[in-house]
Amino acid sequence: MVAHAVAVPITYPAVGAELDIERVSHSFDIDGAELPVLDDVSLIVEPGEFVALLGPSGCGKSTLLRLIAGLDKPRSGFLREDDSRIKGPHPSRVVVFQDPTLFPWRSVWDNVALGLEAQGILKSQRQRVDAALDLVGLSAFRNAYPHQLSGGMAQRVALARALVNDPKVLILDEPLGKLDSLTRITMQGEIVALWQRKGFTTLLVTHDAEEALFLANRVIVLSDRPARIKADIAVNRPYPRHRGDPYLADLRKQILGLLGLDATW
Amino acid sequence: MSTYSLSDRIATDPGRSRSRGEGLLEWLRVFGPGVVAAIVWVAFGLSCLLWDDLGDWPRTRSLGIAGLVIAALAFVGTLGADRLGKAGTGLRQRVPWLLVLGAFVTLWEVATAKFAWLPLPFFPPPQAIIEVYTDDLPKLLDSVLASVKLQLGGYLIGAAVGFLTGVSIGWSRRVGYWVHPVLRFIGPLPATAWLPIAFFTFPSSWSASTFLIALATGFPVTVLTWSGVASVSSAYYDVARTLGAKPSFLVLKVAIPAALPHVFVGLFMGLGSSFAVLVVAEMIGVKSGLGWYLQWAQGWAAYANMYAALIVMSLLCSGAITLLFKVRDHLLVWQKGVVKW
Repeated sequence: MVAHAVAVPITYPAVGAELDIERVSHSFDIDGAELPVLDDVSLIVEPGEFVALLGPSGCGKSTLLRLIAGLDKPRSGFLREDDSRIKGPHPSRVVVFQDPTLFPWRSVWDNVALGLEAQGILKSQRQRVDAALDLVGLSAFRNAYPHQLSGGMAQRVALARALVNDPKVLILDEPLGKLDSLTRITMQGEIVALWQRKGFTTLLVTHDAEEALFLANRVIVLSDRPARIKADIAVNRPYPRHRGDPYLADLRKQILGLLGLDATW
Repeated sequence: MSTYSLSDRIATDPGRSRSRGEGLLEWLRVFGPGVVAAIVWVAFGLSCLLWDDLGDWPRTRSLGIAGLVIAALAFVGTLGADRLGKAGTGLRQRVPWLLVLGAFVTLWEVATAKFAWLPLPFFPPPQAIIEVYTDDLPKLLDSVLASVKLQLGGYLIGAAVGFLTGVSIGWSRRVGYWVHPVLRFIGPLPATAWLPIAFFTFPSSWSASTFLIALATGFPVTVLTWSGVASVSSAYYDVARTLGAKPSFLVLKVAIPAALPHVFVGLFMGLGSSFAVLVVAEMIGVKSGLGWYLQWAQGWAAYANMYAALIVMSLLCSGAITLLFKVRDHLLVWQKGVVKW
């Protein structure tokens, strides 16, 4: 395991929560057979940290995120958010999925308002919806319906829908995976800027080593299924980062090596 | 052969002055259908006014005058369409239909009142049907009112019950366990099969018919609502749950709106089958309504009354479907490419 140094929290507002994942294992039942997906994963994420989970496709990264979000319960082990056990979903931990999954019957504004409405506080907090739309630069589209948006715009709305809740933990499940490369690069910059401004703890699942290194201050490399932590790498580089940074290139080589892809370098 | 349109001519040779032949063709393309429609309606009007009927129908003269008025409107409307704004464009779009309709009524008039090519009491001429609308109006209106009341009551009850049942089975496995077999057993049975039993078990023929109409509506609405709720992507629930949604929010704000397109298919199918039940119920047991009017007219061999009632019934059914589609378009504006009725 590569040693890791916790960086960052000092410079950011203490909004983010600490996540404590303790000896978590999980498996699925597929046609009666047990398919292990997570094997004894332990991880502590400091408040305000930006952690990328990197691993081969289908290794169980997304499953780990669903456990952290509280959408599923682990077969064994514990998950804690600031010392309280995660028992189910809570708006302090919101997820942005790979698909924007906007509700097609709601306008952009109503989609963003979803969380506040579900918690019954929309009436008094309408300005938060406007602010979240402003934050992602889509105020002009407040009355549009999702089918009228481009892929990148839809994902920005999904981001606004998450941020309007002022989450302590933002969980990003390959949110840029289906976007074209130009939109992707733009949105990577936007995500870093939002995280720096808001200070929430961020977990990003990705299978793109470059994206992980560009965004996160800590990269966790997972093994093939069942996922185990293979390496925990600190990325001590200031923001905004540069894609051509030789330090990042070096780390990228190291990570691809861990994933068994050094031949491509 | 070449076809002419204003735009190609401008594109190919803007400077050339129009030859007389081209100008005429262009004029015919724009005004031709309207002028022909006017001619056809004049022919209809004159056939009524100048030609003696084989039978005795008091409304022939009025109908002839109406035909001439339609002809005049078609003519003036077509020539002056540009000055009539939206109404003018609407008229120009529909004028081919006006033409075909005129040809149809003329043929009908000639085939019945003038030559009796179609055997007479069974195929009344248009003036006989107009006569029904003018002379038997109170009874016809009463029947319309009775049908609308019966249909509306039964349909609304059936739609509401079907919707609630559908949502419950789609949402709760336990409700599904108990309701699904009952639904499978009773649902596919045509509601009209219950008629004989319903009429003696219910206290009144009105309540029996309401029940049957509700049954005919309820089955498709239940099944479609259920399948709509069941097919909602679990990703929507995941999103809502992570944002703090409680189960009631998941049902009311996620499952139901997502299922709504299916629900409207069910409401549409239910409307169709409930019309059938309405008419049969009125023919058999209820002593009012358009179905009863049809039956009554048949008893008196009043064939013109039957056609008149059929036309009204068709307008009502079509109107009901139009209304349903309007409601749907209003509620489902977020959908792309909804079918226009």
